[in-house]
Amino acid sequence: MRRRGQGALSLGLAVGYLGLIVMIPMAALAWAGLSQGAASFWAAITEPETLAALQLTLAISAIVAIVNAVMGTLIAWVLVRYRFPGRGIVDGLIDLPFALPTIVAGLTLLAIYGPNSPFGVNIGFTRVGIAVALLLVTLPFVVRAVQPLLREADLEAEQAAASLGAGPLYVFRRIIFPGIRPGILSGSGLAFARAIGEFGAVVLIAGNLPFQTKMSSVDIFGLIEQDKPDAAAAVSLTLLVISLASLALFDFLERRSAREAG
Amino acid sequence: MRAKPVKWGLIAVALAYLLAILVIPVGAVVWRAFQAGLDPVTETLTSDLFLHAMWLTLVCTLIAVPLNTIFGVMFAMLVVRRRMRGRNFFSLFADLPLALSPVVIGLSLVLVWGIHGWFGGWFFEHGIRIIFSLPGMVLATIFVSLPFVVREVVPVLRAVGTEQEEAAEVLGASPSRIFWRITLPSIKWGVAYGVILTTARALGEYGAVAVVSGRMTGQTETATIFVDSQWTQFNEEAAFTAALVLAVIAVIVVVAVNLIVRKEDIDGHHR
Repeated sequence: MRRRGQGALSLGLAVGYLGLIVMIPMAALAWAGLSQGAASFWAAITEPETLAALQLTLAISAIVAIVNAVMGTLIAWVLVRYRFPGRGIVDGLIDLPFALPTIVAGLTLLAIYGPNSPFGVNIGFTRVGIAVALLLVTLPFVVRAVQPLLREADLEAEQAAASLGAGPLYVFRRIIFPGIRPGILSGSGLAFARAIGEFGAVVLIAGNLPFQTKMSSVDIFGLIEQDKPDAAAAVSLTLLVISLASLALFDFLERRSAREAG
Repeated sequence: MRAKPVKWGLIAVALAYLLAILVIPVGAVVWRAFQAGLDPVTETLTSDLFLHAMWLTLVCTLIAVPLNTIFGVMFAMLVVRRRMRGRNFFSLFADLPLALSPVVIGLSLVLVWGIHGWFGGWFFEHGIRIIFSLPGMVLATIFVSLPFVVREVVPVLRAVGTEQEEAAEVLGASPSRIFWRITLPSIKWGVAYGVILTTARALGEYGAVAVVSGRMTGQTETATIFVDSQWTQFNEEAAFTAALVLAVIAVIVVVAVNLIVRKEDIDGHHR
C-alpha cells in the first residue's frame, strides 16, 4: 500500500511539473495560433516577409545539414581511424559548441569574419555568415552520432574486401558507409531541426534584413516585439511542425537504413 | 604506400575545418577581450551592471538545475522502472524543448504568464509580475534545460537492469532504501553528466530569456543579454569580456564532461 502511495505521489509531481513548465505553455501556443481561424493563420504565415524568412530558414538549414553530413563524417573518420598528435584534444573540442552560449558564438564569428575581420573576409550580414554560424552550433551532432558506429565497424570485412582487390572508395561505399548511414542520418536530422530554430548564433551576424538575411526565429522575435502574438504563434507552430516532421522523417530513414545494414 | 597521403590529406581537411569554424572563433574571444589591455577587462568584471547580470544568470541556474535534476531522475524512474501509463506521450513533451526555437519557448511563456496570458492576468492583479521579471526568466531557464537529465538517466537506468534492486527487495529493503543505496549509486555518472549539460544550457540561454525578460538594462539583463546589449552599444571590450567569462565556463564544462565519460568507461557501463 505504502509503495503504491509513493508511486502515485512521484507520478503526480513529475507530470504536474512537466505540465506546468512545458505542456500548458504549448497548449497556449497552439490555442493562440489556431483559435484565430484558418484564414488569419494562413494570412500570418504567407505574409511576404514572413514567408521569405521561412523559405530562407529551410534552405539554409538544409544546406547546413548536408555540409554537416559530409564534414561530420569526415571528422568522425579522422578521429576514430587515424592516430595523430593532439587527437585527444581535438576529440574533446567537438563538444564545445554544445556548451558555448549561442550569443557568444555569434558575437565572435562577427568579430573575426565580419566587417572588421583581421583576415579580410567579410561574411557579416550575409547568408554565408548565417550558414557558418549554424555550422558552428550544429558541429557535434553528426560527429558524435557516427563515431560509435565507426568504432564498432567490422574491420575484417574491410580487410577481406581490400585483399580481394577492392579499391578504398569501393570499400567505403559498399562496406563502411552502410554501417554508419544511420548515424549520419540521425545526426543530420538533429542538426537540421536545431538550425531551423536557432536564434542566438544568427541574430548578430545575420543583420536581419527582410527578404535577404532575416531568419524565422528573428522574424518571430520581431512579431512579439510588435505585439502581434497571434501572428508570432502561427509562425511558431509552422516552425514546430516542420521541426517535428523532419525529426520523424529522419528517424524513419535511420531505422530503415539500420535494418538494411543488418 | 598510397594510404599515407590520403590519411594526412583527410586529417588536414578536418583540422582546417575545425580551425576555421571553431578554434579561431573561440580563440578570438580571448584576443578581443584583452585587445585594449587588462584595464577594460577588470573594469567590466567589477562593474555593477556586469555583476548584476551575472548574479541574475546564477539565480536562474541555481533554481533550474536542482529542480530539473529532481524531475529528471523521478521521470526517468517512472518511465523505465514503473513503465507508467502514457510514458511515450509524456516523454515527447520532455524532449520537446530540444526541437523548439528558444524564441518560441519565450513566446509560449508570454502567452501563459503575460498580463494578457492565461494565468498572468490573475497574478498581475495580485501584484505579482512574471513576464518582464525574474519569475518568467526562471521559468524560461527551466523550460530550455529540462530534457538533459532525463535523456542521460533513461539509457543508464535501462542498461544497469533490475537484478540488484530485486535482490534488495527480496531481502526486505524499503523502496526508499533501495533507491538511495542501489539505484542512485549505479546511475550517478549519468546524473552527473545530465547536471553538467543542464547547467551549461541554463547559463548560456539567450533567446527564451530575451523574450520574457524585456531586456531591461540593470534590471532583467542576464550575462548573455549583457553580451548582446554591450555589443549593440559599441562597448566591444565589455561585450567580449563577458563573452570570455561565459566561454571559460563552457571550456570547464567540456573538460568535466570528458572526465566523466572516461570515468564511465572505467566503470564499465559505457553510454
